[in-house]
Amino acid sequence: MTTAGTGALPASSLAPAATPRPVTFSVAVRDVAGITGRNLRRIVRTPQLMLFSSVQPVMFVLLFRYVFGGAIHAPNGNYADYLMPGIFVQTALFGGASTSVGLAQDLGGGIIDRFRSLPMARSAVLAGRTIADLVRNLGVVVLMVVVGLLVGFRFHGSVVTDIGGLLLVLAMGYAFSWVFAAVGLAVKDPETAQVAGFLPLFPLIFASSAFVPVSTMPAWLRDFADVQPVSVTVDAVRALVEGGPVEHWLWQSLVWIAGILVVFFVLAVRLYRKA
Amino acid sequence: MIEASGITKRFGSTLALDGVDLSVGAGTVVGLLGPNGAGKTTLVRILATLLPPDGGRASVAGFDVVRDAVSLRSMIGLAGQFAAVDEILTGRENLELVGLLYHLGKKERRRRAQEVLERLTLADAGDRQVRTYSGGMRRRLDLGASLVGRPPVLILDEPTTGLDPATRIDLWQFIADLVAEGTTLLLTTQYLEEADRLADRIVVIDHGHVIAEGTSAELKATLGRDLLEVTVTDADRLGDAARLVADLGHADPVLDPAKRLVSVASGGGAATVVEAARRLAEAGVSLDDIGLRRPSLDDVFLTLTGHGAGDEAPPTGPGELVLGATEGSYR
Ligand SMILES: Nc1ncnc2c1ncn2[C@@H]1O[C@H](COP(=O)(O)OP(=O)(O)OP(=O)(O)O)[C@@H](O)[C@H]1O
Ligand SMILES: [Mg+2]
Repeated sequence: MTTAGTGALPASSLAPAATPRPVTFSVAVRDVAGITGRNLRRIVRTPQLMLFSSVQPVMFVLLFRYVFGGAIHAPNGNYADYLMPGIFVQTALFGGASTSVGLAQDLGGGIIDRFRSLPMARSAVLAGRTIADLVRNLGVVVLMVVVGLLVGFRFHGSVVTDIGGLLLVLAMGYAFSWVFAAVGLAVKDPETAQVAGFLPLFPLIFASSAFVPVSTMPAWLRDFADVQPVSVTVDAVRALVEGGPVEHWLWQSLVWIAGILVVFFVLAVRLYRKA
Repeated sequence: MIEASGITKRFGSTLALDGVDLSVGAGTVVGLLGPNGAGKTTLVRILATLLPPDGGRASVAGFDVVRDAVSLRSMIGLAGQFAAVDEILTGRENLELVGLLYHLGKKERRRRAQEVLERLTLADAGDRQVRTYSGGMRRRLDLGASLVGRPPVLILDEPTTGLDPATRIDLWQFIADLVAEGTTLLLTTQYLEEADRLADRIVVIDHGHVIAEGTSAELKATLGRDLLEVTVTDADRLGDAARLVADLGHADPVLDPAKRLVSVASGGGAATVVEAARRLAEAGVSLDDIGLRRPSLDDVFLTLTGHGAGDEAPPTGPGELVLGATEGSYR
């Protein structure tokens, strides 16, 4: 049998020898941009998905503002102002769940195999996915600000703190995108990913200060609700956009975000290698 | 160009590959032939760096699949068993994305995407979302995606499974053209006919073992002879028919009364059919069918392993509809 010496390439018009190039940082950035662009296109071309995923948070606003809101005693008296920071964070976290579904879909569809057989930066598939979902989340959060303004919510901070509050919401959503990336890679099936992604969200969002003051909860639950990431982030956002002392909540929130990012980034990358 | 030796891979209790050796010379085509579950896809995934081997060594273009995986990837184009294209993007966008990930410049990716669309006769559908494509178009696009980087080595996993005969023949022609231009090709298939048509050398694997290899002529010589098959209209004439064709074969005729079928191993080609038909017509035996059947994949596996092609029986080949093709019946 004929066996080529190593590296001997056929002379051919269609196959000029590709020269392997190391994956440098700038190449990795281009790969991430390419994958992000691909995912954003998918989002734009399935507007119905975007529409329905926006309907849910709007329903939550209406439900809490007009149905439960009258019975909830907000500390500063205005429930719309109390509610909306909670809604922002909730929306950003639910938005992050699309990361798990999207990744599981890609795995099932075999396109991840194609990506992995290409000389691209491996990290780009996960980074491009989470960044696209971050952009999507930005759109949804802006929408929720508009809805909030319509139901009586007002910003009371400075321009810097108001914007800082919304950035904190997005940072929290981005950190959770990595949690969902790990979930999607672990379960590998879009339907399961959808359900599995929401499960941990429920206790975090509802046993928190997002919709009701923590002080109304039984002591054992309060201990959890006081320190968990959603509560401290919602409280930090509230302090940023409504005024008030910020530091106590903000640093706790940032520590949580950084911790979640690091842990789930490592976990997701590891799962991706094995997937 | 592709060298593998002693590759093993285990999934839980399944030994998917059990010491497989494979060698594909530069500019040649090797067909990896095997039934469902033989380990074809597993081997392909190992060579494409998607899966690490448990044991053994493999390299493509001199790059080790484990140590030099990153460099290796720029030398190969892979079209997996299931089309790996983005449904929501258009065909062109899919190809340009792959070009980007091969790190081609913007102009170059545009140019190559267009070129690939034209070569695979997808130019008209290039700006449609892939979800509107037919299965055959998707398969072609998937193959096209593996060509955008113009890799010197192509690895195609069952490139024509699920295609209609006309599309399959088009794709064969296209693949043959690529090979003529110097691309090294490893292709897996369940179809003897496909391996026969495209491959310089055929490697047959089953249950993770290489059970035979050689050129298609060499394999056929070991795989047994053509079968002359005669189906009579009237079951009572079966004995007569058997007697008339007996001396055309190398062995005694086998009778299947339920199917009114006489079959006899024969090496005489089409002339045998003509002779048999003449004799039977002279004797007034009316026929439902007469033909020459080449060994099917089932026969191959029976011959080589003494067992059938497995519980999930593979199709006996696409040949039935392809007149004059190697594996089809000449009917
Ligand atoms: N990820 C996996 N986990 C567990 N078992 C696997 C996995 N991949 C393959 N196998 C097993 O390894 C064996 C070889 O599978 P492989 O996919 O390589 O076969 P194949 O020759 O490609 O078959 P087909 O013609 O059906 O595509 C099979 O028994 C299969 O069940
Ligand atoms: Mg397979």
